[in-house]
Amino acid sequence: MKRPVTLTINGAPHAVEVEPRALLVQVLRDDLNLTGTHVGCDTSQCGACTVLIDGHAVKSCTVFALQAEGQAITTIEGIGSAEKLHPLQAAFWEKHGLQCGFCTPGMILCAADLLSRNPDPSEVEIRHAIEGNLCRCTGYQNIVAAIQSAAAAMGGTNAERTPASTTAKPAGVPAGAGV
Amino acid sequence: MATLFGSGIKRREDPRLITGTATYTDDVKLPGLCYAAMLRSPYAHATITRLDVAAARKAPGVVAVYTGAEIKDRVGTVPCAWNPPNCDLKVPPHLLLAVDRVRYVGDGVAVVVAGTRAEARDAIDLIEVDYDPLPAGTDPERMTQSGAPLLHAEVPKNIAFTWVVNGGDADKAFAEAPVKVKQRIVQQRLAPTAMEPRAAVASYNKGSGQLTLWCTTQNPHIHRFLCSLILKLPEHRIRVIAPEVGGAFGSKIPCYPDEALVSLASMDLGRPVKWTEDRSENYKATIHGRDHIQYVEMCGTKDGKITGLRTTVYAGLGAFASTAGPGIPTILHGLVYSGAYVIPNIHGTIYGVYSNATPVDAYRGAGRPEAAYLVERLVDIFADEIGMDPIEVRRKNFIPKTAFPYTVATGLTYDSGDYEAALDKALSMIDVNIFRAEQEKARKQNRYLGLGLVSYIEICGLGPSQVAGAVGFGGGLYESAIVRVYPTGVVRVYIGASPHGQGEETTFAQVVADEFGLPVESVEIVHGDTETTPQGWGTYGSRTTAVSGSAVKLAAVRVKEKAKKVAAHLMEANEADVEWKDGSFVVKGTPGAGKSFAEVAVMANVAWNMPSGVEPGLEATAFFDPPNFVYPFGTHICTVEVNGDTGEVKILRYIAVDDCGPQINPVIVDGQIHGGVVQGIGEGLQEIMVYDEDGQLVTGTMMDYAVPKASQMPHIETAHTCTPSPVNPLGVKGCGEAGTIASAACLVNAVCDALSPLGIKHIDKPLTPARVWAAIQQAKGGLQ
Repeated sequence: MKRPVTLTINGAPHAVEVEPRALLVQVLRDDLNLTGTHVGCDTSQCGACTVLIDGHAVKSCTVFALQAEGQAITTIEGIGSAEKLHPLQAAFWEKHGLQCGFCTPGMILCAADLLSRNPDPSEVEIRHAIEGNLCRCTGYQNIVAAIQSAAAAMGGTNAERTPASTTAKPAGVPAGAGV
Repeated sequence: MATLFGSGIKRREDPRLITGTATYTDDVKLPGLCYAAMLRSPYAHATITRLDVAAARKAPGVVAVYTGAEIKDRVGTVPCAWNPPNCDLKVPPHLLLAVDRVRYVGDGVAVVVAGTRAEARDAIDLIEVDYDPLPAGTDPERMTQSGAPLLHAEVPKNIAFTWVVNGGDADKAFAEAPVKVKQRIVQQRLAPTAMEPRAAVASYNKGSGQLTLWCTTQNPHIHRFLCSLILKLPEHRIRVIAPEVGGAFGSKIPCYPDEALVSLASMDLGRPVKWTEDRSENYKATIHGRDHIQYVEMCGTKDGKITGLRTTVYAGLGAFASTAGPGIPTILHGLVYSGAYVIPNIHGTIYGVYSNATPVDAYRGAGRPEAAYLVERLVDIFADEIGMDPIEVRRKNFIPKTAFPYTVATGLTYDSGDYEAALDKALSMIDVNIFRAEQEKARKQNRYLGLGLVSYIEICGLGPSQVAGAVGFGGGLYESAIVRVYPTGVVRVYIGASPHGQGEETTFAQVVADEFGLPVESVEIVHGDTETTPQGWGTYGSRTTAVSGSAVKLAAVRVKEKAKKVAAHLMEANEADVEWKDGSFVVKGTPGAGKSFAEVAVMANVAWNMPSGVEPGLEATAFFDPPNFVYPFGTHICTVEVNGDTGEVKILRYIAVDDCGPQINPVIVDGQIHGGVVQGIGEGLQEIMVYDEDGQLVTGTMMDYAVPKASQMPHIETAHTCTPSPVNPLGVKGCGEAGTIASAACLVNAVCDALSPLGIKHIDKPLTPARVWAAIQQAKGGLQ
């Protein structure tokens, strides 16, 4: 039995009918055609499905779509665009932080969460923050460089933009979800 | 004029990938799309005594259910496309779906097609199967021994083939040599783990009789050919599209049952059908890599000269011979036993063995890492035996740079190399004497520091098609390219190769833009669609830049030759008097503006004023079939600290010096090295596919299979030497597999060096804390 839900994605409301068991990532991809969010595993290890929910990086394969009602969801399609890249997108391009690109959207959103909490992370902090996002192509080195470069480009403005950065996981997101 | 060749420009393919606007196979949606799900065997070996799909057929949304018995007479079997000569390879039929008997965990049993993914999955659960389990085994050595379960009645002792490599007289060398060392080495099963799981979307038009197949493939033209055989559909009725492919590492070379099954369903239903594997399905039903048990020996003199190498290898093939499976442990493995060294006497016996496990095929490096690892481990063990610095042993046995082209004992002729230069460069990046002093000091404090070094070679740029035929590869290995210049002077290049993350949309554009004096933005590289691209054999074996890139270069040169004729005509000059200078065609010795490439392009395309006898248009096709393979090489150095209490290995530094010839885009080259090194470190430290005694897959999810994480991996220091290859017009070699070929051996060499005070000479990878700890305890007499 499908149930109606309104999801706020990239600033716009989307009314959809979903099965209660439908995962957020399935609804994003199959119902809303937001195919930039990827599925790379079944067990919340790989992080390819990472999105932001109220500013926090969350693996959208561990959230039922129904749970995400009323929260602000940001996907790779919403963080920037080809015309106006987010500094992280620009930095991943500049620093060759991707090869096949499959992990990249999740990696960028995970990094966005990190920089919102810690605008000037060390290499160790970056490697720790992204350890829930797997990349098989790059060996991570240029991903780390890209995140460092984006942090520099974004300058200290992070703290001002995301004051909620020190809060715990948003309500409705199950414990253990996210990175 | 500055060239783009050699410039680390940003990648052309990235904007779509970083904005989520790229299209991978699972992103493809078509009107009327339905979804397939596969029922796979949970048993390693069993007889199917009952298979009842009646309830599944009646389930909500289900439009079709297939079993093996129903389809076996309608389709061919999954082909094995590599049949090495003189080895009596036996290839039992690999059915699309099992009939009566399953032979590995993951073997396909039935397919459900339904309106949604969930409906297909739900209906799978309604299929009733009774299995009668049979004895099973997954160890390739034990499977050849008496009492082992037999997989295929027509394959005695499960031995699919016995292949021998022989050069010189190894038995004589060993009989005469004063120094002999030997080691049993296990090269564990690995899961390639491309981040994008495999997927296929088949759409058959009953009116036109045309099948379009979107597919996660590294080689769409090979898929077209093999699917044509399986489906009994003429090749020209099949279009295979490799859209964005999210990594592959060899696992998307083979033709699997799955893409043929969705094609069959679409042909029956007249509706598009999609299938996407989940990760646990990927770990069961997508090929694995390695799986060798090796008995290896090296002999030589007390002053460090290597005189012989012998091996006996049990190479697991899994339950069936995969597309390229038999070629990996033979041609791509045994022939490179000489490594970077003069080893006059080599003998290897390779048994290809069927077992109750997932089929094994090419995984990054494919046969060459298994060879480099045994050679480089043996060199260290040999050096230890004679009390000589392993660096000096390597130096003493290198093929000298003046000897190229050099034919090794196995018969391969290496194109070019300067192994000592790469070694010296690597040694310039670390002071080994200081490290040895620190190591000595640390040992007094019961701390274990180690330094590992490897000097590898690889065979890539596959390869001359004549050789492909001679070694039983079921296809050619040339590449082709079409360079097409539009009236406005912009260019599209159509290549038969099929990159999936390696960046050829950028590097090939750099080559073409240089040729025509254009900005790189004016050149687009098109790949991955058999409808638009000329014949190609795929992206694997570090071959695309050397082979496809050379085809691109040749086609561009042909275009330019024609453009020169047109330019001469337009300038009313003799073609012999026209030269290309600073991005224009000019008349030699004549001042003033010449004709730019764009000006010539428009005239050639409108053809208002062409030279006599010259056809309109400005495009060319070129096929490049290399006269030889290319042989990249390098030296990697790794330093580690091993925790004697926990067995944990900490990488202190990782230095990679690689020589892949001239680099079109050094940033992309370094990216390939980084990724390759980390995959090899994963192999060395933590990755292993584990089966239990019953053949059950224990590491069937990412919770169990330890893909390297960012926090576990080191910063990699890269440097390069440059030795051009004489066998292609770009002089390039290849770099996609280099890191993986070097790094697993480098890491294990470092750990064994660290633990040498305990008398430890070898530990089988992966060097998990548990294994290292056990080895330490055993060496100390604490564990028996």
